[in-house]
Amino acid sequence: MNAIILSAIFGVVLMMASAFVSNRSLYKTIALACLVLLVGANIAETLGYSFFTIDTHNMLAFNKMGLFFNTICFTATLLYVFISSSEIERVDNYTAEYFALIFFSLCGIAILTSFNNLLMMFLGIEIMSIPLYILTGSDKRNLKSNEAALKYFLMGSFSTGILLLGIAFIYGATGSFGLESIKVGTLQMQLSILEVTGCILLLIAFAFKVSAAPFHFWTPDVYDGAPSVFTSFMASIIKVAGFYAFVKLFESRIETTSFATNPAVGVNWHLLFAILIIATLFVGNITAVFQQSVKRMLAYSSIAQAGFMLFALFSVNAFSKEGLYLYAAGYCLATIGIFAVLVRMKDYTFEGFNGLAKHEPTLAFATTVCLLSLAGIPLTVGFFAKYFMLAAVVKQGYAWLAIVGVLFAGVSIYYYFRVIAAMYFKSADENPAAVATSSTVKIGLAVVVAGIIILGVWPHALLNFLYF
Amino acid sequence: MPIQYYIALAVILFSIGVVGVLTRRNAIIIFMCIELMLNATNLLLVAFSKMHHGAALAADAATKVGVEGQLFVFFVMVVAAAEVSVGLAIIVMMYRNVHSVDINFLNRLKN
Repeated sequence: MNAIILSAIFGVVLMMASAFVSNRSLYKTIALACLVLLVGANIAETLGYSFFTIDTHNMLAFNKMGLFFNTICFTATLLYVFISSSEIERVDNYTAEYFALIFFSLCGIAILTSFNNLLMMFLGIEIMSIPLYILTGSDKRNLKSNEAALKYFLMGSFSTGILLLGIAFIYGATGSFGLESIKVGTLQMQLSILEVTGCILLLIAFAFKVSAAPFHFWTPDVYDGAPSVFTSFMASIIKVAGFYAFVKLFESRIETTSFATNPAVGVNWHLLFAILIIATLFVGNITAVFQQSVKRMLAYSSIAQAGFMLFALFSVNAFSKEGLYLYAAGYCLATIGIFAVLVRMKDYTFEGFNGLAKHEPTLAFATTVCLLSLAGIPLTVGFFAKYFMLAAVVKQGYAWLAIVGVLFAGVSIYYYFRVIAAMYFKSADENPAAVATSSTVKIGLAVVVAGIIILGVWPHALLNFLYF
Repeated sequence: MPIQYYIALAVILFSIGVVGVLTRRNAIIIFMCIELMLNATNLLLVAFSKMHHGAALAADAATKVGVEGQLFVFFVMVVAAAEVSVGLAIIVMMYRNVHSVDINFLNRLKN
């Protein structure tokens, strides 16, 4: 509860700040202070100190798992704001409002990690997404940004419509919106075709939100058109939060609606998820190979990473749960790091990275570590994240799917290493970075790199928090 | 009236909305089609709410079963209003730049 209420209040604080504080450089200090307080309040709740006691009629349920996921998301946002605040200031004149929108998005994430009712899930998704439509279009005079915002908005509300129809069907079949009572209800009643249809519609809606193929087509355009700083936020924190909600919802549904429990109308979820995973991995990885722009390559690579995160949905067990947390942390760190470098480049093509290692060795090193982590090379957190996901699938007895995953991870090495090769083995006369690297950015990137390597050597530094 | 009629009506309205979103080129029309989709689900929620309420009435005259379906509808309407305000702002922003609300302009980003 702390996180939900405080993030909304801090959002309002920043909006007020834009009206009453004339010194514009203060905004980022206020935002950082608020984020530190938010992380602190969330950790306090994890330890049992809730500042607010509100009867939510069991619509929200706060447990350690969800609160810990909040902590990961908020800490990643703190790091993101720390690294990119000067870039956010450069987008347009409304810095404080951008921070406020980021806080409102975080409020949606806090709801998504604790919902116990489909109504709350719907509200969480909307509270998380609506600020993002605005952030995507924040570069108002840039046509690409306009188009990205419109496309994102249309796709987002289209998938909301599908989500709502799914919820309505489930309500019709079970008579309740609660996750728990749905479980009980379906065991008592005969599973109806209405409920199964509802579940499939929810699957489609979430596949839209997390950009799983074949519902991924908006992603490259939106990620490419949005201002790079906000793409970083969308591609990292928002994406993993969407996945958490996806897995949380289907955890409670897979058992009762599966083919095994109900041969008459049940769904073969494993087959459906396997198709979704393979399609996503295929589209993401193969298309990324042919991109000329690094930003667009990262958009496709985020689709490919979504394919890996979908493994958590395929095999709902303790292993995949741990894998999801590790993936969330590792993916956020690497994406924030690489976008922090990307926004500094003059040219977003692969050639634009030529000779970065010579002119800006710090940036080049940080990029290399982030890319290695995304590719899943050992000693980085990306390796263990992928390992946990694949191990979970093997545990379920689907080794062939794990092999497919490994093959596509091999493909991904090609396009990630193209960037590394451009930075280290090609030369350019002038500095490819447009702005000088400030010490803040260097500190932030050092934290990113340290996080990636520490978690890559000792993943239980993070995972032990799940069980303390 | 049997519940099947309501389901059929809602699904037809929803499908009209989906087809509209996929085929029309005018951003405002697409927008209205999305609203149609949301309102079709509202209709369905209210119908199911009434159905569950009617079923529970037989056992208990003062039952409150089925209220949550109608509550959900209010939330959907509020969220839809919030979405409309953001969406129209985006469309206006686009109109200022290209003097058109035709989404064929969106093809610029491909490649």
